[in-house]
Formats: sequence, structure tokens, C-alpha cells
Amino acid sequence: MSTATTKDHPHLAAEFNRDEPRVNWHDETLWWVRAKRDIAAHKLPEWELLRETASQIKFNVLSNLSTYLEQFEANAIKNGIIVHWAADAAEHNQIVHNLLEQRGITKMVKSKSMLTEECHLNEYLKEQGIDVIDSDLGERIVQLANEPPSHIVLPCIHKKKEEIGDIFHEHLGSAKGESDPKILTETARQHLREVFLTRRAALTGVNFAVAETGEFVICTNEGNADMGAHLAEIHIASMGIEKIIPERKHLGVFLRLLTRSATGQPITTYSSHFSKPQDGTEIHIVIVDNGRSIQLGREEFRNSLKCIRCGACMNTCPVYRKSGGHSYHTAVAGPIGSILAPNLDMKKYADLPFASTLCGSCSNVCPVKIDIHDQLYKWRQVIVKEGYSPKAKTMAMKAMALTLASPTLYRMGGKTGRLVFKYAPFAVNNKLNPWYNQREMPKAPDESFGEWYAKRKGAKN
Amino acid sequence: MRVALFVPCYVDQFYPKAAIATLELLEKLGCEVHYPKNQTCCGQPMANSGYEHLTSGCNNLFVDNFSGYDYIVCPSGSCTLHIKEHLYADGKEEQATEIRKKVYELTEFLVDVLKVKQLSASFPYKVGLHQSCHGLRGLRIAQMSELVAEPFSKPAQLLDLVNGLELVPLSRQDDCCGFGGTFCVVEEAVSAKMGKDRVADHISHGAQYITSADLSCLMHLEGILRRQNSDVKVIHVAEILNHSM
Repeated sequence: MSTATTKDHPHLAAEFNRDEPRVNWHDETLWWVRAKRDIAAHKLPEWELLRETASQIKFNVLSNLSTYLEQFEANAIKNGIIVHWAADAAEHNQIVHNLLEQRGITKMVKSKSMLTEECHLNEYLKEQGIDVIDSDLGERIVQLANEPPSHIVLPCIHKKKEEIGDIFHEHLGSAKGESDPKILTETARQHLREVFLTRRAALTGVNFAVAETGEFVICTNEGNADMGAHLAEIHIASMGIEKIIPERKHLGVFLRLLTRSATGQPITTYSSHFSKPQDGTEIHIVIVDNGRSIQLGREEFRNSLKCIRCGACMNTCPVYRKSGGHSYHTAVAGPIGSILAPNLDMKKYADLPFASTLCGSCSNVCPVKIDIHDQLYKWRQVIVKEGYSPKAKTMAMKAMALTLASPTLYRMGGKTGRLVFKYAPFAVNNKLNPWYNQREMPKAPDESFGEWYAKRKGAKN
Repeated sequence: MRVALFVPCYVDQFYPKAAIATLELLEKLGCEVHYPKNQTCCGQPMANSGYEHLTSGCNNLFVDNFSGYDYIVCPSGSCTLHIKEHLYADGKEEQATEIRKKVYELTEFLVDVLKVKQLSASFPYKVGLHQSCHGLRGLRIAQMSELVAEPFSKPAQLLDLVNGLELVPLSRQDDCCGFGGTFCVVEEAVSAKMGKDRVADHISHGAQYITSADLSCLMHLEGILRRQNSDVKVIHVAEILNHSM
């Protein structure tokens, strides 16, 4: 986990690519999910209208965010839910810790919440002596492996079943060499059942918070959020400020899009509404900003807050598929992560907007129509202007711009050959031409088109 | 019809045949083709690397070279898209706006403007069509697989008019090849892997040639094919459409 923060995407991706059969397997696994998404989407003739509608609803939310948040808070309080506000990750983590400490709770079960990954809650609570067990199967696997999730919907998609068998053998006592998914799932089920029954506190994420009703909705396939929340005396739900939707009827749009985009299922197995605590229990909501209002203020990037965390952009992204989630060294990987992360730390994540070919597939699978690839392009401009681009690259680009702005210099440069490759390999040391590593250089022709044309009869300039 | 031929810098330098084929094809189809000789580059290499602010020289030059024509045609979807989306020039904004409207990638020009319904071309080979992302998702010269929408493909429509040509199906009809401009060197490992996987898809479906409306993708794929000592060749779509027996 710690090494992931010291290297940038190109280096981590190159490491991932040392095992080509594994890259093929990773790529094919995610492409299969993308293909399932396509089949599900094509079953709905109104798919593109649904995307547009969802995008518009979220646009309304972002334009009136404070109003909807206050409406949600008022209605949640009426329902008997206790609402907390956290400006940043540290405050969020402290609120959660205080709630546990006040009740003398030292063990908590937690279902999927990328926000808590973003806030590094598990590490923080561990330091405070609180034991957290992730109850989503994929998250439990990476937790046992002491790794972060590599995908927001499929946290252990980078692990093969044999490797999961080894982890379960070591930590949960399954038979050595056992890799049958059914048997391994049953092992996890027995282990987690004991956890659910004994934990007094459960933390969950929030997929949608309905301003109109003060309720929130959690989507899982495993029912693990429900198991945790229903059996605990305190349910803490952590949500980013952008999770608001105005009315309950809007769920009809988002729930249809979410899982079709994520996994190709029509809907998650459980789409659970939480509106008021059971007798003798408490529900707390922690509403977290952590940089979101800054992103909201960046006009070119605010649409990134429409994200409903389906992961479709990751599954379709050829760079993600062939570099793996950990190469993004941030909680939310892939194209969406690459436009969210620079907002949190532009220097640390300056590499991510460049980890893309700008192919545009992400923007076109996105169920809320975030212009992801255009934002990647725009982040590149911002990162360079803010001075987070390597100096050598800036020098090369200036030389290139000068040459290309002058027909004379261009012709001279072209004639001495291979203009592009003269300036392009700036990122690595000059002894090594990265193009040539796995590719032949183009054969340089005797004359350029311009030279050929000048000799042509009847040339029209 | 006065058409200005916009030849991307790397096509000019490395693939003059594709530009010659574009010129000849347009002339065959009755266009009066001009080649503004002081053209260089659209500025995309800088812009996509985050240095759009360094492209004003290229932009000014582009406007000076390409103002006043009925159409501007380019054998590259990527460079066409860059001009369409990013050509701005201080003090020449009217001309820049005109150019952004008049610039066409070759296959969309042939289908949408010239409305080509027949060709005398012949190319008796199995051909895989690589959809360049900027042509596909940027200019929409074909329908992308992500959308729930009617399929179409302007390059394929034209290739269907070529005698003897057989288009091979692909497992992934529009996955990116991994060129990506400076991405191809900055992210060398992923770029090369993406290219290898695209090449393998075409080869496994029996393609003898890989064609595209973008030579940048083909330059990358050619580099991989040649490193593998493959018999499969790349060829720009203009060279096929202009090819006679």
C-alpha cells in the first residue's frame, strides 16, 4: 500500500505489465463486464434518454446543492436520524471515532464505502485501537491481503481465485489449495456471520440520499450493509455531499442506470431504504465535503461530482484494463479517479490526467454523462499551468511549438528527419527511446509530401 | 469546389503516399485541390500534453494557410478533430470559426459532402478496419459501441464500394490502439500492450491489411507489426480508395 504513493502511473503500469498473461486476464475479465453492460443497456431502447435525464437531475442537484442538503438534513432529523457535517477527511474520521468511543465500542463492521477509503478511515481507526472488518466480500479479501481496493465496484478484481484461496487458507482456515468460489464464499459467509452477530456498530456508505424524504438508499448485492446495520445498535452512514437526489421518484432513473452500467445486472440484489432507526438503535449520517465544494467551484470540473460510482468508465478504459487499479495510487482509480484526484492533491496526482489516450470511451458509457475525457484534457492544461509538469517536458514542448510555428524550421526539422521522435521521448532518459522498446520506428521516406508536391506539375498552392 | 488539402505533419514527413492518394482521389472525384505549402501542424501534440497555451503560433499559421477555401480536407480524424475543437486565433476569430466549420476528415467529406456512391477502386484483400477514437467518438464518422444507437460507419461504407475487398470482423470493434500522442512514449508499457492487443485481434480474424482513417494509429500498429516480423501491413484508407488494379 505504501509503495503505491511513491511511484507514478507510468512506472506502476510498467510493473503491472511485466506479467503479460496476467494483464491479458485482467483485461479480458473487465472487458467481459463491459460486454455485460452493453447487453443490459441495449435491452432498454430508452437508454440514452435515461442517461440524459440522470445527467440533468444531477445538474440540478449541483446547482442547488446547499438547498437540497439542508432539506435532506431537516427531513432526516424529523425521521429521528442524527446528522453530522464534516469539512474534511480528518473531521469525518474523528466524528466516527467519537461516536464509537462514547459508547465504548472497539469493533465495527463496515460495508462498501469508497468515501471511507478516500478518508483512510480504517487506518485511522486502527491507530485508535478500533478493529474494523469490511463485510463486502471483495473488500474483505483485499483487507485480509492488506491492500486497497483496485476497483470501486469490484475491489478484488485484480486477484485470481487461487490467490483468494491462499488468503482464506491463511486467515480464515479454509483448506490449503481450495479455490472453488462456492466453497470460498461459504467460508467468508460463516466468518462474516459471526462478525455481523457480534458487532455493536455498523458503518455503511450511501448511494443516494433523498432530500424530499430524508431517507437514504444503499445498494449491495450481498445484503451485507443490511446485515450490519440491522444487527448493530448504532448505524453510521458516511456520504459525500454530492450523493443527494431531490426526490424519491428520481431513484427510478438512477437505480435503473447504476447496476446496468456497473455489472450488467438490471438492479442490485438489495436496494435498501433507510429512513428511521429501529426502537433502541440509532442512525447517524456523516455528510462529508472533503474537497467537493472546491471541485464544485471549478466550473470545468464540477460535472465530475455527478458520479454515481458505477465503475463503468474503469471497465471500458483500455488503460485501466491494462494497468490495473493500483497503478492509479488513489482510492478511486480509472478515468473518474483521474479527474477527481487532482482536485484533492494536484502535485501528487499530476500524472493521472495523462494516464489516458483521450479515447473517449469513458464519457460515452458514463450513466450520468460526465465529459470525463474532456476533463482529462482540461486537467492537463491546469497541471501544466500550475507548474506540476516536468521541466524537461516543458522545454521540449517549447522547442516543438517554435519549430511547428515556422514553416522554414519545420521543413528543416522534417528534413533532418523524424521530427516527432526527436522531441517526444522527453519523459525517459535520452539513452532509451521508449517508442523503440517494443515498436519499430517508421521508415523515413526519401521525400516529404511537401517536397513531392513542389515538383508536381500544375501544383496549386 | 476549391478544396484545401490539410496534410498532418507526421503524414507529410513519414507517410507521403497517404497524402498523395488523398490528393489524387479528391481530384478524381472532381475537386480543385490546393495544397497550402506553408502548413505545418495542427498543434495537437502540444495541446494534448497540456501545453495548449503554446499553440498560438500553430493556430495563426493554420488560419493564414487555410482561410478562404470552400472546404478543408484532411486524411486524419485526430488532426481534424483538434482543429474543430481547439482552433482559436486572436484577431482572426472570424476566419478561425469559418475553418472550424469547413474542416472535414476525408471519409466524412467523401460521404457527407461529395456523397460518393461508387468508386473504381479495387483491393482484393482481407482488410481489418481500425476505428480511430478521435474519428469515431470525436467526429462520429462511425457509431461507437458504447451508445445505444443505430450503427453506421462512413469508412466501412466507402470500403464496401471497393472491388474485391473483404472487411474482416473484429472481436473488439472500437477499442483504442494506445497511440494517444505523447502517451505512446510517456506510458510506453500500456501503449505498446494496447497496440499489441489490437494487432492480435486483426490477425486472428485473418486481416492481410489494417486500415484506418488515422495514420497516427497505423504508425503505432505498424511499429508493432514490424517488430513482430508480421506479413500484415497497414494502409491508410485513402490509399485503398484510390487503389486501382
